[in-house]
Amino acid sequence: MTARTLFEKLWSAHLVRELDGDSALIAVDRVFLHERTGSVALKSLAQSARRLVDPSRVFCTMDHIVDTRPGRGDDTLLPGGRAFVSETRAAARAVGIRLFDVNDPLQGIVHVISPELGIVLPGATVVCPDSHTCTQGALGAFAWGIGSTEAEHALATGTLRVKKPKTMRVRFEGVRSSFVTAKDLAIALIARFGSVGGNGYAVEFAGAAVEALDIEERLTLCNMATEFSAVTGFIAPDDKTFDYLIGRPYAPRGSDWERALHAWRALRSDAGAVFDREIVIDVSALAPMVTWGTSPQHAVPVSGVVPAESESGTSAESYQRALHYMGLSSGIPLRDLEIGAAFIGSCTNSRLSDLRRAAEVLRGRRVASGVRAICVPGSMSVKRAAESEGLDKVFLDAGFEWRESGCSMCFFAGGESIGAKQRVISSTNRNFESRQGPETRTHIASPETVAASAVMGRIAGADQLPAQVRAS
Amino acid sequence: MTEPVRQLIAVAAPLIRANVDTDAIIPSREMKTVSKTGLADGLFAGWRYTAIGSREPNPSFVLNQIAYAKAQILLGGENFGCGSSREHAVWALHEFGIRTVIAPSFAPIFFGNCVRNGIVPVRLAAAAIQDIASWVGIDPQAHRVKVDVEALQVAAGEGVNWRFELDTESREMLLEGLDAIDLTLRNKPDIDAFLERDRIVRPWIYRLSEHT
Ligand code: SF4
Repeated sequence: MTARTLFEKLWSAHLVRELDGDSALIAVDRVFLHERTGSVALKSLAQSARRLVDPSRVFCTMDHIVDTRPGRGDDTLLPGGRAFVSETRAAARAVGIRLFDVNDPLQGIVHVISPELGIVLPGATVVCPDSHTCTQGALGAFAWGIGSTEAEHALATGTLRVKKPKTMRVRFEGVRSSFVTAKDLAIALIARFGSVGGNGYAVEFAGAAVEALDIEERLTLCNMATEFSAVTGFIAPDDKTFDYLIGRPYAPRGSDWERALHAWRALRSDAGAVFDREIVIDVSALAPMVTWGTSPQHAVPVSGVVPAESESGTSAESYQRALHYMGLSSGIPLRDLEIGAAFIGSCTNSRLSDLRRAAEVLRGRRVASGVRAICVPGSMSVKRAAESEGLDKVFLDAGFEWRESGCSMCFFAGGESIGAKQRVISSTNRNFESRQGPETRTHIASPETVAASAVMGRIAGADQLPAQVRAS
Repeated sequence: MTEPVRQLIAVAAPLIRANVDTDAIIPSREMKTVSKTGLADGLFAGWRYTAIGSREPNPSFVLNQIAYAKAQILLGGENFGCGSSREHAVWALHEFGIRTVIAPSFAPIFFGNCVRNGIVPVRLAAAAIQDIASWVGIDPQAHRVKVDVEALQVAAGEGVNWRFELDTESREMLLEGLDAIDLTLRNKPDIDAFLERDRIVRPWIYRLSEHT
């Protein structure tokens, strides 16, 4: 038998039939919706005379525009936000799907709760009208973001028409130094190979440094496959994956679990399998990263400087626009940049281990004066777990706001924002123009870098913190 | 069901910037209701108007210039439509009148959304797009660009042609204005057969209940 890549195995296990060209009809195991883009799909389905094929495999959450301030209800700071919430609720109830509503104890960001509840499984296909669905590939699933019309298609047919992507393997080899996180791996990859480097590919992350990541770190790495323009990112499941999933609310039980486990163990690329492209990155040479511009590929080590145009890996037009937007010029050390805000949250970095690592940096320290600092746990389960360990106290004592879960200010929905021309260090995934609010200047980095920067009042890596704080 | 697109001869407006993301195309604040319509006014709002929330046209933005009035083609930069999956970006472009976007590369979700809504995503080399923009710039209203989905060709002036590639499925859907759901439902017997087999092979996918 010819050696096959993991992607080929995932693809053929869901192949309903080939279509013209290199497309195929692919069976969809799980559909997740949210109030921002999923509500339109539900509404459109209701307006057509079509039926939702299997409500038991469709889920919906309120995460994008739901308020995250303590004591929230259906109201949001977004004008008309309340209508979104109530329309989504009505539409979800009408078709009888499980909705993680505003005050549900399991509510949270879709890509945080789907793994946490065992809804995404190894070997499954998962779609959501949300570009960061690739996050869930970390458990060995084929998970990808789609549009609302495609979501309606998946609801009405249980399938999608998909153009077969090419395959790429990105191997992270070597041992990373402490302070280098999964987030830094993702940013370093995109900085080196560009924000279109993965275009057209399904990307398998592999290698010793990926095997060494725990599941939450793997979710962070796969999260940013979309910033690499990949169709999806995923990692072969292993014992860590199975240990993570067992006993989760929607994970299989009993004999189903045993049978599933047996099947899941075959989910890996065979030795000798050929990829259309292969990239190897030595993680021992990597340092904590931060972005300086308006694309995730505009990134350098935290200890670096804003590059010259010739070294920026970006076109003259895009370079100049980015500098102008960010209020920077070539040669400025990132560490000299004062920040107005620090944000820890989002489907990239808002899980319990992220909060633990940030809290480690913050313990016994205070956010610099004049810096607004916000922490938004990725789900209500994460929030409760963090509170039971006293992490909320660490954040609050340091001067952070402690929020209810949701996407919050990862993006600007039209309500709350970080503020025009405010420089923010953020554990999110996108530093696009106005992503966190009109004219907001976003620098993305790991949660520990965000925490350290909040304390210093300017961009700083966690490794620089102790000496500098003692000195001041 | 969308309108079929076979051939288009139209004014082309250059917006050649890398990484034009879907939030720039339609800012989230402009998506005011659970709806696919009422979005054209918010198209490129951050660039098109002088201030957030204002409706005063920014004269330097290309779509506000008389020379590019009624543009139905956009000339874009690399990684066009990156970022959020929001299909509202494509609905807004379509409602505004755009029927083709020509760019060196597209974000994958945006590409699929275009095809499903009757907008032709054309991939051409950056140099070719520059050439087209220069030619158009001489007299945008007279120098109209031709996009032929049947022949998979773009023409900018007599005998100046570029070929582009489009997968068969996308091409058919654009040419016929097909609704993908109707198309797929013709394969219902295949879907049912798959499910019948798969329920035996992977029962755990289908037996879902919430344990707390
Ligand atoms: S946290 Fe941010 S990136 Fe993630 S789903 Fe929400 S808005 Fe999108």
